Amino acid sequence: MTEAACHASGAAPTVTVPGRPQLVLAGNPNVGKTTLFNALTGLSAKVSNYPGITVETARGELVLPGGRIADLHDLPGTYSTNARSAEEQIALDALLGLDGAATPDAVIVCLDATQVARAAYLLLQIQELGARCIVALTMFDEAGVAAPDPRALADVLGCEVVAVTARTRVGLDDLRAAVDRVLHTERSATWRWQPGEALRERLTAVRAALPEPWASTTRYGAALPAADDAIALWALTCVEPRTGGADDDELDVPATVRAAVVAAPPPSDDEAVLGRWAWLDREIPPLLSRAPDRSRTERIDRVLLHRVAGFISFIGVMTVLFMSLFWWAAPLMDAIDQAFKWGGAQFEAVLGDGVFTDFLVQGVIGGVGAVMVFLPQILLLFLFLGFLEDCGYLARVAYLMDRIMRSMNLHGRAFVPMLSGFACAVPAIMATRTMERRRDRILTMMVVPLMTCSARLPVYTLVIGALIPGSRWVQGLLMVAMYLFSVVTALVAAWVMSKTVKPLKAKRLPFVIELPPYRFPRIGGVLRMMWGKSSLFLREAGTVILACSIALWALLYFPREMPEGSRDYDALVAQAPSAEAKAELLAEKQAIQLENSYGGRLGHAIEPAIRPLGFDWKIGIGIVGAFAAREVFVSTLGIVYAVGSDADEGSAPLRNALHDAKSADGKRAYTPLVGLSLMIFFALACQCMSTLAVIKRESRSWRWPLFLFTYMTVLAWVVSFCVYQGGRLLGFS
Amino acid sequence: MPTLAEIPLGRPAEVRAVDGPRAFRRRLLEMGLVPGTPVRIVTVAPLGDPLRIEVRGGQWSIRRAEAAQIQVDAK
Repeated sequence: MTEAACHASGAAPTVTVPGRPQLVLAGNPNVGKTTLFNALTGLSAKVSNYPGITVETARGELVLPGGRIADLHDLPGTYSTNARSAEEQIALDALLGLDGAATPDAVIVCLDATQVARAAYLLLQIQELGARCIVALTMFDEAGVAAPDPRALADVLGCEVVAVTARTRVGLDDLRAAVDRVLHTERSATWRWQPGEALRERLTAVRAALPEPWASTTRYGAALPAADDAIALWALTCVEPRTGGADDDELDVPATVRAAVVAAPPPSDDEAVLGRWAWLDREIPPLLSRAPDRSRTERIDRVLLHRVAGFISFIGVMTVLFMSLFWWAAPLMDAIDQAFKWGGAQFEAVLGDGVFTDFLVQGVIGGVGAVMVFLPQILLLFLFLGFLEDCGYLARVAYLMDRIMRSMNLHGRAFVPMLSGFACAVPAIMATRTMERRRDRILTMMVVPLMTCSARLPVYTLVIGALIPGSRWVQGLLMVAMYLFSVVTALVAAWVMSKTVKPLKAKRLPFVIELPPYRFPRIGGVLRMMWGKSSLFLREAGTVILACSIALWALLYFPREMPEGSRDYDALVAQAPSAEAKAELLAEKQAIQLENSYGGRLGHAIEPAIRPLGFDWKIGIGIVGAFAAREVFVSTLGIVYAVGSDADEGSAPLRNALHDAKSADGKRAYTPLVGLSLMIFFALACQCMSTLAVIKRESRSWRWPLFLFTYMTVLAWVVSFCVYQGGRLLGFS
Repeated sequence: MPTLAEIPLGRPAEVRAVDGPRAFRRRLLEMGLVPGTPVRIVTVAPLGDPLRIEVRGGQWSIRRAEAAQIQVDAK
């Protein structure tokens, strides 16, 4: 009698798991794992990040028959337990109960009914590790007549198999009952292949080096030599036998184990892999009466991956995505902006003038507004990405774009984040998560901020309008040139960094991505993910952005004392003859206060550094202020030039003030050449604390935001310097 | 022996061996590209690379340079 039949008949419980049973949900990508997770846990699920790296984990509660509650952890989708990257190690740690994770009491393995053999490969590996397994046979309805018989499959795989359709909730109760039964069984580590003599020796040697927490006696409370062998095999497979290094620097393998692997003669990786596949190829095909029907997907692919039609539809999809970020989000962002301004004004009216009011209104409410304003774009982008990922198109984007992106050593999937970067770098950086490798994600994050985001537009519009002579055509062409410039810089920067920055160097790992069958997206799942990403952004990046906003506000606000020898504005305002004169005096006072603020002094202090670029201290203050967000440059200059803080890029007084500004020697302060230099500076400099905050969150270290800020600032300075000084040498003033 | 990159579109072939660096080989083997597995190029991306291949009832995108590491027998 097979093991599975034994469980099904309700063999006497031999083990009871004390406390809350810990369950893990594992499976290949694209097998409906997340849908099943959502269906099993309902609203109890919480999405969060693993500490240290950005791999999302979801955890929820699963109610077992009899009302007992178990914790269920959703693992990242993986094809194998042989970790090749930090992402896959997460799956392994959770399966083994290493690195702070609780040892799972049982593992639910999702098995795609249309891809039985491949999915079962992962199951075999998990069984070798000594886990109690339950198979959830997903995509059962999609497989139709090609689906295997769950009972026959259970006999072969040696564990309970439950066919589930998460959408209609069919099979969920059976799955819960199966989990409950399995929790009462003894553990065993099942190997379907026999290691040869040489490999067996190596396994024994490495097994002896396993640290205490890795041994089955610690993890399972009972000696299970075959399970320890499975860990030894994992170490042999992923540690480089000559150097002791791992495939991925972030892999967490103890030094003793590495040393043991180096000491053992180099193993053949093939033995384990071929052994498992030989078993699968013998046992699985007899269970499948026919191949799954891919004809619908094939018909769609004939259009969507077609040489011509494929590109046209690709451009269509990307245009809709881009337009939605650019145009549809704009009214929402304006509404949020207005709402916070209105709210601030209400507070001001109630509290009256004063430092505390200014702090509350400009610092706190303004700062919260600065965070919230990103929400529409984040929501929209993830709505789109969720749909595209769910229906299977995102993988096709990588397929279509890989040739172009690869030439710059970028991942094919970097296309969507880079396109989104034209709207805003913040959601675009969050979108890098669709790439599975950290190196690909970080490289994309390092170049996305170079794309012409919408916050640069007000700056360009102001500078072009005020300083660049010529017809609307010339001005329009210059704007287009700025866009092209950003694309070229971003691509070149990616290429250069992938050649020079060590952690970003391309590794020879296969770019093999699955093109899953097209499926209807599940709206519930997409909305859930959209909400999860947004709340993660608010909780993690939002707090940093808020803190920076308040700090920057204080920098440009304090000290409040007027410098020595300035006019007594309060008295002058009190006797002002007209409302206009009063406003003018107030604007003048504001300009003096800003210049006198710490930020203003910083603007003065950096003047020697930006003088060679053609900028004076007034632009210096603008650059300091623009760190909050690039468009703040415009309103900061509005204050500096005493035309009011509500000046926008189209306002004539500000344009005229810039155009007519004189430097100390009486010449025009801002020539067209200065304007060009300024635009280049804004195109390249990382004038955006929110970008830095979100990269800090996504990369889980300050190293990458600091690197980004440094390289972009240096690049901006150097290129602006060349443009300005080169222009002067050529006789432009 | 021809490699997968040299097999004409649509022509069935069978994997003989996978070459290349260790992690790369292991990845492809674990995905089921073991010797004896039938494989077929379905289409080529509009820009000439990557290839869309069919293995074990699933489809994958694989770069031409990577396909050149897979030795096959044409059928």
